[in-house]
Amino acid sequence: MQTLTYEFPAHLPAARRTHVGVVGSGDLEILMTPTDGARVRVSVRTSVDGFDTVWRTVLERFFARHPVAASFELNDSGATPGVVHLRLRQAIEEGNV
Amino acid sequence: MTLTDWPAMLGRTSFIELAARERARALLDDGTARELCGPFDRIESPWLEPQGVVPQCDDGVIVVKGGLDGRPAVVIAIEQAFQGGGIGEVSGVKMAAALSLAARDSRDGTPTPAVLLLETGGVRLQEANLGLATVAEVCSAVLELRALQPVVGVIAGALGCFGGMSIAAGLCTRLIMTEEGRLGLDGPEVIESEAGVAEFDAGDHALIWSIDGGRQRVRTGLADALVLDDVTALRSAVIEAVRQGVPAEHRSQGIAELRARLEALDPARPPEPADLADVWAGATPRKGAVR
Repeated sequence: MQTLTYEFPAHLPAARRTHVGVVGSGDLEILMTPTDGARVRVSVRTSVDGFDTVWRTVLERFFARHPVAASFELNDSGATPGVVHLRLRQAIEEGNV
Repeated sequence: MTLTDWPAMLGRTSFIELAARERARALLDDGTARELCGPFDRIESPWLEPQGVVPQCDDGVIVVKGGLDGRPAVVIAIEQAFQGGGIGEVSGVKMAAALSLAARDSRDGTPTPAVLLLETGGVRLQEANLGLATVAEVCSAVLELRALQPVVGVIAGALGCFGGMSIAAGLCTRLIMTEEGRLGLDGPEVIESEAGVAEFDAGDHALIWSIDGGRQRVRTGLADALVLDDVTALRSAVIEAVRQGVPAEHRSQGIAELRARLEALDPARPPEPADLADVWAGATPRKGAVR
């Protein structure tokens, strides 16, 4: 297990906090809490070690397109980049960004 | 339900394919569901991270209060995708506390039955002793509530309900299963690894379901209703089970009946699973048997 944190610039407000997904094989859960600042903070707890660079790339790309000012907590159980992307989309959609 | 009820089978909305939170909400009346100890309360297990396991923010147990056919009720759902539905210290205490609160509300004039969605392999190995201790708490909380209001268990999925939680299932006022559901104290793989493949072949699905499966459990009176894995059908079955109220005697209190069933079996020549219901139908307690 590995814990990773990232920060990116952000400006889009989220209307509400949201929770999506489960910590099941190949899946992850995301807790999104809106914040006031101009940053997005992401903390990842992942069951698979050594994928720091992949996580950075996936998150950088997502938050470049969706700069949501919120804190994201990801509890990951080996989700692929595609699943991570879909769950992030689901979180911001439900948060009415 | 019969296997050939194709229109019902094809038109159904699967219950077990929903996540635990959605399952709990699907049973309750529209717009009444309110989650207690939700994900943002972050009451997660403190024991998993030190062992290199990623925790889940609700520890895999979801407690939702709401209306069930217009009456207050609490639904406690286990998320089988997280740690195989394994029960740890936190998730077990969430179940026990929710059941005890329902009992307190029932005593205070708000009758609150409980529904347990039991998709679980039992105690989570990473929290072995603490998990076992909380299973005992869950069982005593079931006993506390079932004297006042029905505690209805539902086993809907192929994961089934095993280990310590199968004891809680056995204590339920009524038990609803699907054809795919399984119920047993020791899971097939545990039996095979402990007693050998000759005792129980954990790769033989037909054998496993002929013994642990929902149809057999209902035929032999260890569960009460066999229902299609469908949201509407399961909700109706749960409402009906609650409506029947608290029985004079729970299944687990029929010690004489259960003893007569054990005596009817010869371990040297065990019956075929298909014959078990008939063997047990003739097993009645002896006169004057100790209860």
